[in-house]
Amino acid sequence: MDVVISQLFTGASYGAALLVIALGLSLTFGQMGVINMAHGEFLMAGAYTAYLTQQIVTNADFSIIVAIPLAFVVAGLLGLLLEVLVISRMYHRALDTLLVTFGVSLVLQQLAKDVFGAQAKAVQAPGWLDGQIPILGYRYPLSQLFILVVAISCLVGTAALLKYTGFGRQIRATVQNRDLAETVGVSTRSIDRLTFFLGSGLAGVAGVAVTLITATESTMGSEYIIWAFLVVVAGGIGQIKGAVIAAFGLGIIRAFLTYFTDGSMAVVLTFLLIVVFLQIRPQGLFAVRTRSLA
Amino acid sequence: MTDTLTEPVAVTPMPASRPTSRTAFLPLIGIAVLAILLLVVAPSALSSFRLNNLGKYCCYAIAAVGIGLAWGRGGMLVLGQGLFFGLGAYAMGMHLKLEAAGPDAVPDFMMNFGSGVLPAWWEPFRSGPFTIVAIVVVPAVVAAVLGFAVFKRRIKGAYFAILSQALTVAFAALLVSQIKYTGGQTGLNSLSTFFGYNLYDPVNKQMVYFIAAGLLIAMLLVTFQLYRSRFGELLIATRDAEERVRFLGHDPANIKVVAFVIAAIMASIGGAMFVPLAGLINPREVSALASIMLIAGVALGGRASLLGPAIGALVVGYGRTSLSEAFPDQWTYFLGALFIIVILLIPNGLTSVIPRIWQAIRRRQQTETTGAQA
Repeated sequence: MDVVISQLFTGASYGAALLVIALGLSLTFGQMGVINMAHGEFLMAGAYTAYLTQQIVTNADFSIIVAIPLAFVVAGLLGLLLEVLVISRMYHRALDTLLVTFGVSLVLQQLAKDVFGAQAKAVQAPGWLDGQIPILGYRYPLSQLFILVVAISCLVGTAALLKYTGFGRQIRATVQNRDLAETVGVSTRSIDRLTFFLGSGLAGVAGVAVTLITATESTMGSEYIIWAFLVVVAGGIGQIKGAVIAAFGLGIIRAFLTYFTDGSMAVVLTFLLIVVFLQIRPQGLFAVRTRSLA
Repeated sequence: MTDTLTEPVAVTPMPASRPTSRTAFLPLIGIAVLAILLLVVAPSALSSFRLNNLGKYCCYAIAAVGIGLAWGRGGMLVLGQGLFFGLGAYAMGMHLKLEAAGPDAVPDFMMNFGSGVLPAWWEPFRSGPFTIVAIVVVPAVVAAVLGFAVFKRRIKGAYFAILSQALTVAFAALLVSQIKYTGGQTGLNSLSTFFGYNLYDPVNKQMVYFIAAGLLIAMLLVTFQLYRSRFGELLIATRDAEERVRFLGHDPANIKVVAFVIAAIMASIGGAMFVPLAGLINPREVSALASIMLIAGVALGGRASLLGPAIGALVVGYGRTSLSEAFPDQWTYFLGALFIIVILLIPNGLTSVIPRIWQAIRRRQQTETTGAQA
């Protein structure tokens, strides 16, 4: 029973980190059909922002609080830059954006390696996340709980933004029918840019959060990106509730499989599970209903 | 009355809409030139070390021809060909490893990490013919099962690309972790023979090169014939308008599966020949990055053309070696920049640029002559 609860919580924390990354991906993928492989490097940028912030704000208790909005802006601006310079030029070639952004991700990884060195950087966790909190007899580390809190805040924030603000309404309109949105006066170009900023910024926030569970290094993004994509694919494109279920589901399934087999076998089995799952629901958990054939 | 609807309509064969003019055979000339360069010029001009390297690039090129078929002609972005490259390479590696160990002996790493007993599924790879059959059949079966699962459910585009990359990542992770059976991170190394021939002998080494280069030419000829066939046209039709193909009564899934299986077999053959040329195989050659390198070559050369993928793969292979010699730490920048520049600016690759330059020159000549006449 202890094992069940501990794996459940470990999986949930991992799933929470995945959720924040996948939220951003889902926004850009859902709205523009753009597969941004450099999204993982925005996560890395967020993590390095946390590291740099700590060099300036040496008090670890505060630096993570400062780092979160800072990482959001840094990663968001990187995303905006990518959108303006590269992605806006190839909207009609969605599959090709995957390859171009893969090139961008290679360059960014190498850049990070050259600037920060190949050695992994440790970001010191704040003192107030040192302890553990007993839940159902399991001593849940506060740092993992913090990731969960960050993820839920991001989730609620994004959902509220989409649902209640004018900007959110315009995003939803663009996702559902780009041409129609344009004819009623939505500037889809500027909406695209803002969405990209928002989605990339979320990756930055996730980057700060994962410094609590993994080392900060130049290749950290490529590890998360595939999982985040699988979350988007399994959850259904552009579907927030699908992403939530898929992220926690994948995180928890992987945690249990890791316990019963080993790390890499768990990865293989989870991937195979997704292939099987897509047999049953090729559109993911939830799908936007459209009349288009494609 | 309903019978009239299902009654077969007499189809008069359409006059061949394919280009039957002399341009249709231009690729054959290209293949012939490439064959002369690879089989006659290179062996006499290059040192045995360089020739061996060229052999490795030929192996990438064999896999690239398959990617051109699946991605360029079929529209399936196969991001995970490393999986099939790896299946072929490890099948060959297992045979050569057993050969190096000698009859009834067990590979060294199994003594160090495993139980010292040969697993039952390794046993058949002692046989050369079995290995050769496995190199073709294993990836074909895997690709067919995967292809049917994916394409029958109409999973395509980015979904398929991400899925295939994920499977490659999983396969590489599996190879690293199952050290008892696969040699882990080091893989299978110190392979000294190739079907009984000593690989330290330069003559045998050159023979292996000839096999690899010859296979590349053979694959190009097979693909040339495929592109000329009805299947080749259906494949393009599926890429460009899948729904219309479906409405015409074909099942696009079947067409895609066949292309995917052929691509997988080619990747596997490339992987298998890579092993005796490199003398080893390890999970790095199977990784997501290795798969992406193959895609880079295909994109550079021109994904939809026949020769483009092969030439692109040869160029990227050569560039990788020489750039990583000159800039061991920075060559990733070049690879990244290659992707950005090629896909953004010349999406149809280098082979699409040459005819355009040719046309521009001819147009200029024409305007000059007409200008002179006036």
